[in-house]
Amino acid sequence: MSSENGKRLLETDAGGLNFEATELTLGLPGEPRVTSDGGAKLGSKRGFSETVDLKLGDNNQEVKLGHSLQEAAKSPVSKTQVVGWPPVRGFAKRGKKSCKYVKVAVDGAPYLRKVDLEIYNSYQQLLTSLEDMFSCFTIRNYLNEKKIDQVNGIEYMPTYEDKDGDWMLVGDVPWQMFVESCKRLRLMKSSEAVGLGLTTGPKYASTN
Amino acid sequence: MNYFPDEVVEHVFDFITSHKDRNSVSLVCKSWYKIERYSRQRVFIGNCYSITPQRLIARFPGLKSLTLKGKPHFADFNLVPHDWGGFVDPWIKALAKSRIGLEELRLKRMVVSDDSLELLSKSFPNFKSLVLVSCEGFTTDGVAAIAANCRFLRELDLQENEVEDHRGHWLSCFPESCTSLVSLNFACLKGEINLASLERLVARSPNLKSLRLNRVVPLDTLQKLLMRAPQLVDLGIGSYVDDPSSEVFTKLKAVIQLCNSIRSLSGFLEVAPCCMSAIYPICENLTFLNLSYAPGLQGNDLTKLVQHCRKLQRLWILDCIGDKGLGVVASTCKELQELRVFPSDPFDAGNAAVTEEGLVLISAGCPKLNSLLYFCHQMTNAALITVAKNCTNFIRFRLCILDPVKADPVTNQPLDEGFGAIVRSNKSLKRLSLSGLLTDQVFLYIGMYAKKLEMLSIAFAGDSNKGMLYVLNGCNKLRKLEIRDCPFGDVALLEDMGKYETMRSLWMSSCEVTLGACKTLAKKMPSLNVEIINESEQLEFSLDDRLLVDKMYLYRTLVGHRKDKPEYVLLL
Repeated sequence: MSSENGKRLLETDAGGLNFEATELTLGLPGEPRVTSDGGAKLGSKRGFSETVDLKLGDNNQEVKLGHSLQEAAKSPVSKTQVVGWPPVRGFAKRGKKSCKYVKVAVDGAPYLRKVDLEIYNSYQQLLTSLEDMFSCFTIRNYLNEKKIDQVNGIEYMPTYEDKDGDWMLVGDVPWQMFVESCKRLRLMKSSEAVGLGLTTGPKYASTN
Repeated sequence: MNYFPDEVVEHVFDFITSHKDRNSVSLVCKSWYKIERYSRQRVFIGNCYSITPQRLIARFPGLKSLTLKGKPHFADFNLVPHDWGGFVDPWIKALAKSRIGLEELRLKRMVVSDDSLELLSKSFPNFKSLVLVSCEGFTTDGVAAIAANCRFLRELDLQENEVEDHRGHWLSCFPESCTSLVSLNFACLKGEINLASLERLVARSPNLKSLRLNRVVPLDTLQKLLMRAPQLVDLGIGSYVDDPSSEVFTKLKAVIQLCNSIRSLSGFLEVAPCCMSAIYPICENLTFLNLSYAPGLQGNDLTKLVQHCRKLQRLWILDCIGDKGLGVVASTCKELQELRVFPSDPFDAGNAAVTEEGLVLISAGCPKLNSLLYFCHQMTNAALITVAKNCTNFIRFRLCILDPVKADPVTNQPLDEGFGAIVRSNKSLKRLSLSGLLTDQVFLYIGMYAKKLEMLSIAFAGDSNKGMLYVLNGCNKLRKLEIRDCPFGDVALLEDMGKYETMRSLWMSSCEVTLGACKTLAKKMPSLNVEIINESEQLEFSLDDRLLVDKMYLYRTLVGHRKDKPEYVLLL
């Protein structure tokens, strides 16, 4: 059976919130042992140190909130987003945006194309596909920082317009984040990009 | 039975097909055990870590069909980290080395590699059927190997897998000599395929009964495919977009009239609502309709469609159908047994698409209802009590109120009484998922009344250890228990350790269980594997027994610790 200490840690007052577990930091300082998945994990955007100052008693005493919920309630995001909730598999595929077609413009090309970002899993796949589509051009591939064989000597930088209307270099953010925020793509002639100080690109290793 | 020769007993056993029954039969005496094991062809292994492939092969040399499940159910909701386990490779390797004439492999939540698929395709000359559900780790190259090498392939069924798509050629790998296909489902693949190859494949598959296409297959190809395969029983439509006045669409309408065997319809991954009228002629005979992947259809499109489906037994639909739409279902689909209502926008609480009203209407109109999965924005005790009065045949009852810990909005009470009514009146209930604001009381009811319950999913519920104890003590048939974010701790975990040997598995995450308690359990119960999943880098396991564990997964096993665990899993 658990030690006395352990017992004290775990039993909660009927209907009350379990303060003990949040107050005792059995892990290293700043490290939230305190339960929770996802939202409370290291590396997540919302740090758990926020919960230390939480006045947990202020909440409706009838409502017994799990720790991850407390966390979510405090987050600046207005919608409650708890990892693994709601428990529906592949809901993103069921969502209204079931495919993500964006226009692709290439400087100097007479017409635009459209690609569905949903069918790719990584930047590499996207860039390869774009190269196929606009086969007479070469696209400067920052991800590997190696040049693809030049055909006619003109290099292009892949850029995209994000939700805020800003033009960004492809490859800085995780792939999924890129898919969500990308509104359109533009392959910009490298010569134009020179002045933007983009000679040493970001290295983004992960594909998903 | 002692006076009968083995062959006679074996012949009798041929009529015993359910896994449970065959398992029981094998326990009667040594002689029956022996006869049963030599004659067994189909084996189901609910947890791939409960036994090794070597022992499986040793016991059942006549094995033809194997079903394996890997990761725990909560892996579907991203609660299990990547690379946790569930690799099928050792199984395929072991089977390939043996003399087993494998014909059918069904996997769920397992990690499958292209190499495994290739080995599978080359090792079993009579291989007929591959079904992969919620698996990952392979690409279309692996699928191509199956297509190319399995000469007598009847079934290739890919459901909801994460497949890296190398686009195009896998379908062309079916040799011209392959004419045995009965079922082909590639709806979950995202990439392009060779449409001409698909047409030729369907044309040379006279036994094809089930065809589920992915979203890149356009409407005009669909029309051509249906021309070739009017005998289809199960159809999954990929892209369903065209101009209703076009010639292709007119042809499609004509050919659909010929497809009077279709009983099951799904897909519509891309859809133009104005084209739906062409489908109405087949609606009459449909028994299964799955529109849960068709977000392009609005509430009234769905309602109009459903009005034609009088014989429907199973309906999977998005919540944009609304309560009114469910009312139409209730008055039209009198044969309905299973209903699944999925959220079209899980995070948008503002757009309350279905509520308790829809469920009440369904319960009143569909007397045969026995299986429910219902995502809604709110639920009341009164509604659940009414549902419990109307429906007493539930086998599966899974309710998910999108806002966790939400109380009854009318009375502000927890939903204990509502769920209590459900378990009291549905004595055959095997599976239950709870949600909403719930206290220990609901678990008291479950322990008292849900005597046939086999699987229970709990989230953000309960007040104390008592809740979990009510369930463990009362539900004698419990096989799978999965709990997240509940105040259940060591006292509940350790009260009846022997109980876990009667169950397949227990999952507890974000609860109040300490490392020390898990160690105690693991020490006292060598027949259980107690796994701690710990993802934070700084935590060292040797630290404090009082530490609360993030995620614990325990399961009974005959073969001790698994050898393939990742670094972040601690096996106690």
